[in-house]
Amino acid sequence: MSYFFSNFSYVMQLFGQHLRMTLIVLFISLLISIPLGILVVRVRWLHGPVLSILGVIYTIPSLSLFVLLLPLFGLGLKPAIIALVAYAQLLLVRNWVIGLTSVDKAVLDAARGMGMSSWQRFIQIEFPLALPMLLAGTRLATLSTIGIGTIAAFINAGGLGVLLFQGVITSNYDKIVTGSIAVSALAIATNYLLRFFERRADLVIRGDAK
Amino acid sequence: MNLLEEVIHYYQTNQAGFWQATQQHLVLSSAAMLISLVVGLPIGIWIAHRTRIAQVTINIFNSLRVIPSLAILFLVLPYLGLGFTPSLVALTFLAFTPVLINTYTGLRGVDRSVIESATGMGMSKKQILFQIEIPLAIPAIVTGIRIASVEVISSATLASFIGGGGLGDFITRGFALFDVPIMLVGAIPVALLALASESVWSIFLFLYQKPYAA
Repeated sequence: MSYFFSNFSYVMQLFGQHLRMTLIVLFISLLISIPLGILVVRVRWLHGPVLSILGVIYTIPSLSLFVLLLPLFGLGLKPAIIALVAYAQLLLVRNWVIGLTSVDKAVLDAARGMGMSSWQRFIQIEFPLALPMLLAGTRLATLSTIGIGTIAAFINAGGLGVLLFQGVITSNYDKIVTGSIAVSALAIATNYLLRFFERRADLVIRGDAK
Repeated sequence: MNLLEEVIHYYQTNQAGFWQATQQHLVLSSAAMLISLVVGLPIGIWIAHRTRIAQVTINIFNSLRVIPSLAILFLVLPYLGLGFTPSLVALTFLAFTPVLINTYTGLRGVDRSVIESATGMGMSKKQILFQIEIPLAIPAIVTGIRIASVEVISSATLASFIGGGGLGDFITRGFALFDVPIMLVGAIPVALLALASESVWSIFLFLYQKPYAA
């Protein structure tokens, strides 16, 4: 751990890069997956094809995908973000669709009977009831982004993976251990935080929240 | 010369090396899968009937699962050094978690009333396990194996960095020379291997469940 203390600001800088990359990916991913999920639920026949395509993308090993994107987008943060957003879609869309389709039809009928428009039904009923599943998907997607984000250091996207790759290349074991601990700490803390929101949302829709 | 032609050209001039790397990749991945199945399946079955131990074990492995696979793979280097065996240890660990967790969840998911009626019919614990619980848990168990296989094939590419060989060697070699075609000679087959393994397990599951559908 002496590496960590003597290079504290460098480690923190990489930690910051990793966090920033994860947040950018999460933001773009949600922007795509929320409308995509709604579309898949409304247009039933799209469900199979869209989820199959996302499944195929998710299966491609990350190092392979980074290499496959190399001729198109080169090196750096941009191709890394594109690949990570593509990976996150399966987990986000799948959970969001499960959330939306599991909303009780009787509740929606009652809302219609009360004269709610389809927009009101979405905002006031479907969205909040499906939120815990969306948050669960977000948690899984964030963890996978943090994990695959370490491999993105290979294509010069920065982040904590830099410590891992540099450590392996220069046989600096202290660096490998520091990088591993830092990235695991980030993943564990994120898991804990997002799980808290997930439980909270679950309590709110059951009407148990204080 | 376009990119694809360059990839094919590099493959044709390095066929022996390519097939050796593919073989290494498959041997490493299969060995990791085999060990994690031999260890993971019995443990999963054993803990499924012991709630207290199961909770502790599953919680531990669920938290370990959060650790990025690259960290797990590179962390073996300081302790076990470079080469095939350290890579195998890391990959086995990565495969073990989904196998264990899915075996456990699959067995726990078996309807209690089915087991009660089997007991009522006079079946022994062993008969219940092999004729009822395991067959009903197969879809969940196979899903675990499917997830583990893709994880292993994909992480075996990273094993190249710690001297494990395999198709990742082309990616690291190509990167050192900054030669994209060489990198693709590694990247494309790995992607195809992962997709093939995913399809094989999905088809197996489909065929297994088909007689019971509708």
